[in-house]
Amino acid sequence: MHIAEGFLPPLHAAVWTAVSLPLVIISAHRVNRLMQDQPQIKLLLAASGAFAFVLSALKLPSVTGSCSHATGTGLGAILFGPSVMALLGTIVLLFQALLLAHGGLTTLGANVFSMAIVGPWVAYGILRGTQGLNAPLAMSVFLAAMLGDMATYTVTAGQLALAFPDPASGILGSFIKFMGVFAPTQLPLAVIEGLLTVVIVNLLRQYSQDELRDLQAFPRWLAAEAR
Amino acid sequence: MNRHNLSLIAVAVVLVVVSLVVGSRREGAEFAGADGQAMAAATALHPDYQPWFKPVWEPPSGEVASLLFALQAALGAGVLGYYLGFKRGQSRQRQPDRVDAGD
Repeated sequence: MHIAEGFLPPLHAAVWTAVSLPLVIISAHRVNRLMQDQPQIKLLLAASGAFAFVLSALKLPSVTGSCSHATGTGLGAILFGPSVMALLGTIVLLFQALLLAHGGLTTLGANVFSMAIVGPWVAYGILRGTQGLNAPLAMSVFLAAMLGDMATYTVTAGQLALAFPDPASGILGSFIKFMGVFAPTQLPLAVIEGLLTVVIVNLLRQYSQDELRDLQAFPRWLAAEAR
Repeated sequence: MNRHNLSLIAVAVVLVVVSLVVGSRREGAEFAGADGQAMAAATALHPDYQPWFKPVWEPPSGEVASLLFALQAALGAGVLGYYLGFKRGQSRQRQPDRVDAGD
């Protein structure tokens, strides 16, 4: 999902930056307030950012004979709410843009929008939705992380389609083409991301009940646990 | 680490291995990055497009790039492992006889 440096026309780069920047600023305020109001969750916040750091560094092989990586942003989104992840995801993307020439500064806004904004919001929405339907927590977490990952790559395909419409079949044709590159490669990786996120949440349920309670992260599970 | 988590991790590892085996049977499988393939697809759609900005700094070699990727993963795994170990120790201290029941 890293659109390479210079690979969006200046107007597109500017618009995505203008969309993402205010959300990252809001996110920074949220993180700041969270750390002031509940200093005891700082370490868990760092651990959630660290999870995204690890997962987005691992280029995994896929069934298509190409490689891609997970995003790791679903975990923080379901623990702290999606708005917190905009800042953490931006830090990861900035590290990769500056030190690894992976992604870029001109495309940072677009990449932040897909990985640090849409992915976390989709993950959060899926968690809340499936919890509302009384799904087991592990199932909810798995679907949230997996579909958040897929959503990130779908947004990237859309961003590229808008910038590079197919001369014959237009934006839609181009979107299908880019999805053809990303979706089959990403699907098994999204499943892996879902599984690993469940592993972490299982460990948190065992050892970090106090923080989960402070955050009211999984209210239905907490209520069942208290009974 | 309970048995449930170990089996989830085992499934993830099997998925990676199966992906590697299935993927390498595909013709022209080089395990190149999907990001790079997407940029190539963009260039194929608009052959006259020129990236208008260069990365401010590029790792001078693949070795240096792999150093930085490994550093990124190590930093992340270190912080995550520190947190989980800390919490495990904390909860063990709180309820010394109950905590390891799941292990």
